[in-house]
This record gives sequence, C-alpha cells and structure tokens, in this order.
Amino acid sequence: MLKKIVILLFVTCLACFNTVFAAESGGMPQLNPEFWISQIFWLIITFGILFIVLTKVILPKISDNLETRKSQILENIETADKQKEESQKKIDEYEKIILDSKLKAKSYFNEAREKILDDINKKRAALEKDLDEEINKVEKELSDLKSESGEKINKIAAETSAELIKELIGEEVNSSSIAAIVEDQSKINKVGKNV
Amino acid sequence: MASNPMYQFNVYRIGPEIKLGSVDISFTNASLFMVISSLAILIIFNLGAKKKTLIPDKLQLLSELSYSFVAKMISDTAGSKAKPYFSFIFSLFMFVLFCNMFGMIPYAFTVTSHIIVTFMLAAFIFVGVTIIGFMKHGLGYLKLFVPSGVPMVLLPLIVVIEIISYLSRPISLSVRLFANMMAGHTMMKVFGGFVISLGIIGGWLPLSFSVALTGLEILVAFLQAYVFAILTCIYLNDALNLHH
Repeated sequence: MLKKIVILLFVTCLACFNTVFAAESGGMPQLNPEFWISQIFWLIITFGILFIVLTKVILPKISDNLETRKSQILENIETADKQKEESQKKIDEYEKIILDSKLKAKSYFNEAREKILDDINKKRAALEKDLDEEINKVEKELSDLKSESGEKINKIAAETSAELIKELIGEEVNSSSIAAIVEDQSKINKVGKNV
Repeated sequence: MASNPMYQFNVYRIGPEIKLGSVDISFTNASLFMVISSLAILIIFNLGAKKKTLIPDKLQLLSELSYSFVAKMISDTAGSKAKPYFSFIFSLFMFVLFCNMFGMIPYAFTVTSHIIVTFMLAAFIFVGVTIIGFMKHGLGYLKLFVPSGVPMVLLPLIVVIEIISYLSRPISLSVRLFANMMAGHTMMKVFGGFVISLGIIGGWLPLSFSVALTGLEILVAFLQAYVFAILTCIYLNDALNLHH
C-alpha cells in the first residue's frame, strides 16, 4: 500500500517535472549515459574491495567471535550442570552422614541405657542377695537364741528355785524333780501365752 | 537550477578526467559516495570484529547482530545450501543499506538512485544465479520454467510467462530500488521547495510533511536494502533447491 502510494506519487511527479523541466534540464540525469561507464567501473572497484575484505578478514572474525561465545556459553552451562550435580551429591552424602550419626547416637544411647540397667539390676541382685543372707543369718541367730534361751531360762529357773528351796527349807531337793516342775510351768506359760 | 528536484541526481566529475583508452572513468560524486559507504562499512565492522570479548560492546553487538540477521535471512529463505553465498549477500545488503542511508544526509548523493548502479548489481545477481542454477542442476534447471500440476493445454503459455518473468527479474529488482530511492528523494526535494515558496506563514505544513517524509524515507532505505537482499536470497533458493 505504502509502496504503491509512493510509486504513484513518483510517477505523477515525474510526469509533471518532465513536462515542466524538460526543456531546462533534459529529463532524468539517471538516463544520461555520460558517466555510466565510470559508475560501473567504480561500483566494481568499491564493491569488489568491500566484498573481498569482508569475506577474507571481517566476517570470519565475527563468525569466530560468535562461535567462541556460543561454545563458551555451552561450556559454562555444562560446568554449572556438573557443579550442580556435585553439590547434589554432596548434599546427599551430608544427609546420609547425618542420618547415620543419628542412628549411631540412638544405638549408643540404647547401649548405654541397657548397660546401666544391667548394672543396676546386677547390683540390686547382689544387694538383695546380701540382704537375704544377712536376714537369714539374723533369723537363724534369733531362732538359735530363742531355742537356747528356753533351756537356759529353765536351767536358771531350776537352779534359782533349788537355791531358794535350800535357803528356805535348809535341805537339798532333787534337782531333776525341780527341773521337771520348771518345765511344766514354762509349758503352761507358753500355752497360756499362745492362747 | 538548484530548485530543480532532479538536480540532486546529477553526476559530475570530481578531480581530473581519467580516461581508460577512449572510456571516461573519472572519479565522480557517485564514486565518492560508493567509496564512503564501503569505507564506513569496513571501518564499522572491522571495529566491531576486532575485540573478542564475551560480553560485546556496542559496535561489536551491532556487527554481530547484523551478522546473525543476514544469516537468519539467508537460512530462512534459501536454506542451509546458501551458506557459501553468505558473504556476498551480506556485502550486498550492507552496501545497498549504507548507500541508501548516506543518501539521507542532506546534500549527499544517493548512489542507489541511479538505475545503472542498481541494474549492474541486479544483472550480476541474475547472471550469477543462472550460472549457479545450471552448474547445480545442468539442463534440469530449465524445469524451473515448467511448474508441476499445470494442465498440458496451458503449458506453452505458462512456460512463456515463466521465462518472461525470469528474464525480467534483473529489471524488476533494479527498478524497484532505483525508483524507490529516486521517488523519495524527489518528493523530499519538492516539499523542501514548497517550504521556501510558501514562506513563513504557509511553509509549516510542507515542513512538517518533510519531517515525516524523512522518517518514511529512512524506513524505505532500510526496507529496500532488505528487499533487495531477500529477493537475491529467493532467486538463489530457486537456483539451489529446484522445487516447482
């Protein structure tokens, strides 16, 4: 559309100028062949030099530059990926270590607890055994004492009563009869106490 | 004389007359601007290609973006087979673009507004593409003129039309660029003349129009260089990948 308008304007302008200025300037300078050869000659020279220098010197440099940048960026991305992988690996390792140490700590704790419990149990068992022994010993002593004391008391009672009778009556009484009496009495006492 | 809008297209000799045999090859204002454009391209791109930093500076970015722009244009239109012709199309695009752009500077000469220059470029492209086509496909390149899926009755007509359209390629290619450049510069000159003739009261309208036209012409300068390059790619595509 734009081009059409421009060309249309151009054509009308051209028509106008050709009629107005035809006599004055001889139409379009472009169609004057005076300098055509010169223009062709200089076009070939300048464009040729431009083409050769661009092809041989400048464009390879630019293309090189672009290639280096591309490869460098790719390289950098690769290294970044690698480093990321490495860091991920390290994170995994670290987590594993933490998990391991946690488990270890737990097992240590359990071990220690068991050891302590064991120790406590052992010590308690030893203590209980000691206590039992002591109690048994004391009980035995007590029972010994009890059984002994009865006889001793009887004996003492018999002796004392024999002495008393001797003092009171002035004669010797058969010690065995006295002992029998004392025994009877202590039995009655025991029975009475038990009742 | 200077108010003549066509005066700006006059070619005149700069310096002495140089003759090669009986042919006049004097250095003219047209030659001067060809040299300036080429030098500008070489200087800008050489500076852009000199430094090799990972993060490009402005000139480097410019040259690398132009490089990838043209590379993408070629690979999009002509495929990967056109890679050996990259530097030619790059030079062509840059040459036309810089000639067009230098023409936008006031009092500068527009090289591409001369039919002989654009025609020479187009004729070179035409001949080159035809040679490439025949070298790649031999006589099979003539199949280009016989589109597939056309009824036998229409074939003679179609072949004639195809041959005419193929032969008119250099003319259409050169006239498109030349006419666009000349029309734009003529219009700008005409509106510039109106500014003077309408004076301080009425001159503002053509002046603002002139400003707008300058913007449009810069766009056209780029667009025509792009069209010239992309049409070259399309012709090259016809020669390299024969599929009709």
